[in-house]
Amino acid sequence: MATYYSEDHEWITVEGDTATLGITQHAADQLGEVVFVEQREAGDEFEKGGEIGVIESVKAASEIYAPLDGEVIEANEALADNPGALNESPEGDAWIYKIKISDASQLDDLMDLDGYKALIG
Amino acid sequence: MTDAPKRTPLYDLHVELGGKMVDFAGWEMPVQYPMGIMGEHKQCREKAALFDVSHMGQVILRGDNVGEKLETLCPQAYATLKEGKARYGFFTNEDGGIMDDLIVSNAGDHYFVVVNAALRHQDIPHMQANLDGVEVTEIFDRALVAVQGPKAEDVVGELCPAARELKFMETAIAEIGGVECRISRLGYTGEDGYEISIPEADAIRVSKLFLAHDDCEPAGLGARDSLRLEAGLCLYGNDIDQSTSPIEASLAWAIQKRRKEEGGFPGAARVQKELAEGAAKKLVGIKPEGRAPARQGVEIQCAEGNTIGAITSGSFGPTVGGPVAMGYVSAGHGEPGEKVNLIIRGKAQPAEIVALPFVTQNYKR
Repeated sequence: MATYYSEDHEWITVEGDTATLGITQHAADQLGEVVFVEQREAGDEFEKGGEIGVIESVKAASEIYAPLDGEVIEANEALADNPGALNESPEGDAWIYKIKISDASQLDDLMDLDGYKALIG
Repeated sequence: MTDAPKRTPLYDLHVELGGKMVDFAGWEMPVQYPMGIMGEHKQCREKAALFDVSHMGQVILRGDNVGEKLETLCPQAYATLKEGKARYGFFTNEDGGIMDDLIVSNAGDHYFVVVNAALRHQDIPHMQANLDGVEVTEIFDRALVAVQGPKAEDVVGELCPAARELKFMETAIAEIGGVECRISRLGYTGEDGYEISIPEADAIRVSKLFLAHDDCEPAGLGARDSLRLEAGLCLYGNDIDQSTSPIEASLAWAIQKRRKEEGGFPGAARVQKELAEGAAKKLVGIKPEGRAPARQGVEIQCAEGNTIGAITSGSFGPTVGGPVAMGYVSAGHGEPGEKVNLIIRGKAQPAEIVALPFVTQNYKR
């Protein structure tokens, strides 16, 4: 199991060809209080850089961008009833998707924790 | 805007309180404090919150018959505004659009006017050019602080007993913490409360006196916006602008009877025609049925699928506990209870037209 980070402030924890994807605590802090999450459905395919959902805070809407090519296996339905969980445990219970990775080589473009920490300063 | 954002007299206090500073209309303002927008919003609805609104333009008008002269620029009955009273109004243009909205107070030997931050540069010259024989002086050395909420009377009244005597839309000069302030019982949250003009040198000290009260916490522009939206109050630039008429904006209530009948203000012909025949569109409250907020620009469709308008303000309403919005719908639509669809990111989301405000206004009349 390894965790990677994207420049769009997502984390992705990989197990074989599947992974869990969410936003970082830093991203959650920047967004402010989350009031709504729009998610894709299981089976939806996506490409690296494509929009795969929207997170709305009181003030504004922010897109979630795919860090690599893949397919949604499962969306975290708990976020529909409790979007505020994204502020409390964005790197834990409030994961956003379980996904199937199409091209594992794209992981090479992502950062490890040290790289991400350097990015956010 | 290339100039560095300006700082209000309360800037150092915002930083000390952990305010998250953003550029708003050329001013470095706190969008929120560590409590967060939701908490600050609820603080204001349940207790009291303190807002820095010093970015707004404070203007003194001196001269003979200032009220009469203001009536040549505004559709409000300012000639008959009694001393010690404040009245909401707006400048209209020749086409009957709204140039800015404002509050005018009759302060006895002068009139005190508060205009929007982003339109100070328009409104001051507009008044200077058109109010003959009136001395128009913009105030740069006073902060403007709003204390809003059901506990505002206690927060302010403990320091200034005279504040308790004021009713909604009344204004007076009173001493707070040893300094002379202009205190007006009004606001932009739908709650009881005050806006207090304080000499800049004392602004932080007096604000801290308010914040020392157990029931008063600082709140930023984020909560100010969600509070005013739930209260059904227009935001200039979103809900009203140079093209929208007061009648379209459902602001007919702010035009007094005599002015409706007599006209005599810029764009009166359009306003009177719309009063008689109805306007082409009108501003209404919109309650999305789901959880997705409908933001400014979202298309509104009627049940048959035709476009009937667009959202002008939309957010999450912390007190309502769900999304709330305002927008314009074309004539023939807009009765409370009408079902509409909002096109959010390409998908139709059901919503209902509702009477404004979303929360009961809680003024001390």
